Amino acid sequence: MLYSEKVMDHFQNPRNVGKMDDADGIGEVGNAKCGDIMKMYIKVDENGIITDVKFNTFGCGSAIASSSMATEMIKGKPIDEALKLSNKAVVEALDGLPAHKLHCSVLAEEAVRAAVKDYYDKHGIAYNPDEFCAGDCAHCHEHDAQ
Amino acid sequence: MFVYADHAATTPMSETAIAAMTEAMRTVWGNPSSLHTVGQEAKVALENAREEIASLLGATAKEITFTSGGSEADNQAIVSAAKLGAAKGKKHIVSTKFEHHAILHTLNKLEKEGYEVTYLDVHENGLVTPEQVKEAIRPDTALVTIMYANNEIGTLQPIREIGAVCRAAGVLFHTDAVQAIGHIAVDVVKDNIDLLSLSAHKFRGPKGVGILYARRGIRLATLIEGGAQERGKRAGTENIPAIVGMAAALKEAVANLEANTAKVVPLREKLITGLRKIPYSHLNGDRDARVPGIVNFCFEGIEGESLLLLLDMRGIACSSGSACTSGSLDPSHVLLSLGIPHEVAHGSLRISIDETNTEEQIDYILEAVPQVVSYLRTMSPVWEDLESGKRKHFFAK
Repeated sequence: MLYSEKVMDHFQNPRNVGKMDDADGIGEVGNAKCGDIMKMYIKVDENGIITDVKFNTFGCGSAIASSSMATEMIKGKPIDEALKLSNKAVVEALDGLPAHKLHCSVLAEEAVRAAVKDYYDKHGIAYNPDEFCAGDCAHCHEHDAQ
Repeated sequence: MFVYADHAATTPMSETAIAAMTEAMRTVWGNPSSLHTVGQEAKVALENAREEIASLLGATAKEITFTSGGSEADNQAIVSAAKLGAAKGKKHIVSTKFEHHAILHTLNKLEKEGYEVTYLDVHENGLVTPEQVKEAIRPDTALVTIMYANNEIGTLQPIREIGAVCRAAGVLFHTDAVQAIGHIAVDVVKDNIDLLSLSAHKFRGPKGVGILYARRGIRLATLIEGGAQERGKRAGTENIPAIVGMAAALKEAVANLEANTAKVVPLREKLITGLRKIPYSHLNGDRDARVPGIVNFCFEGIEGESLLLLLDMRGIACSSGSACTSGSLDPSHVLLSLGIPHEVAHGSLRISIDETNTEEQIDYILEAVPQVVSYLRTMSPVWEDLESGKRKHFFAK
């Protein structure tokens, strides 16, 4: 089997899938040309806690599973903690991804960061721009490197 | 319900072939190169299989070389023709952009060795024309290699006409007929073919065995050095059971060709008609010039691997040209060669059926695919953009 049971579970029963009309931050990363796009929506309360997360993904099984897992990992967490979510942590939580699918987890990490950045931008919260990647750069570089 | 709809990938073996192989394993286990009776009995079985296969292709026994499959036959055909050409100072080859990788990678290797290759554009209907071939042939052209039927979209090339163009120009013509043999009538003489590759497991024979047909007088280069098997052109003790199984499978496939076609084509037509009802879907390849069993569709806004996995969960085994299924960056080079953009080519599905599939199974596929496509679209940001007009549709509704 290509994927772990965890991946298949999150692919078949994705958590937090859908759109959010009143999102506080929306992040979209990836590139349809490369075959995957993730769009993540976050709801943030006055204490900086991510109270709700939703995602929509165009992509393969591991892209859908990675997005689903990432939403679970940041839901209910303070923003600071969400920003610490690494693609490695997503991969570990999924019990691994095949080598050529690791970029899906990178995309999930970037989607979270992009949503947070959007939240900061919309709410006039200052941040260090160096901490945020512009979007699909790392994702496609990852592809190029293969 | 379980539906195997990936016959272009491989087929289950026919009972006839299994019986022939089992019998061969029990009775003709000798080494055909041995001079004693046991060995000579194996030699007889080997040569009978060769005769049988040759007659089914319109060839003679001496023109048949057994290989490990289609890829080896493709490699040997191209390398042989390239060497023959080089000896006359001809180092140009004509092929197409949507060949199998067994062809493309062999050509890439030759390019590194100083050969020049013209890759013909494929029209959006998945066909190349004899005129294109004619225009591409130069005085230094050593070989034209064009597949008989495309493995992903199933389009049938005008092989006889292309062969005639090559014959008139005095250029060797090879065709990778892996997806055609056993599914449509092929005759190497009538089709003007000089070199042809086939693989047994695509017509209910065993895996790991195939054939290179080389017209009389075409000197083959040896890829595998060793003993004098296959007239010194392919060393290694012959895989008699597999060869016998291949002959039995081919005989059966050719004998049932018309009946199978009569059964498969209406099922394919039903599939095409049904899948076309899905909004923003597209049948890849010519509507008519195609092998009976292969159907390939693109669905906008979704990615093929997730489609494939969800269909598998419903018991439907098929295939996709998406990058994710192959583990490479780019989606199918075949779909890209038809001018389909990357983002759309990612959402492709290949369903390949044969005579063992039933109408109930087609109904089941036609129930499942629209549901799965629609489900994946509801969670696709690309589909959302297509719906809102932020992205433009590539196909008509």
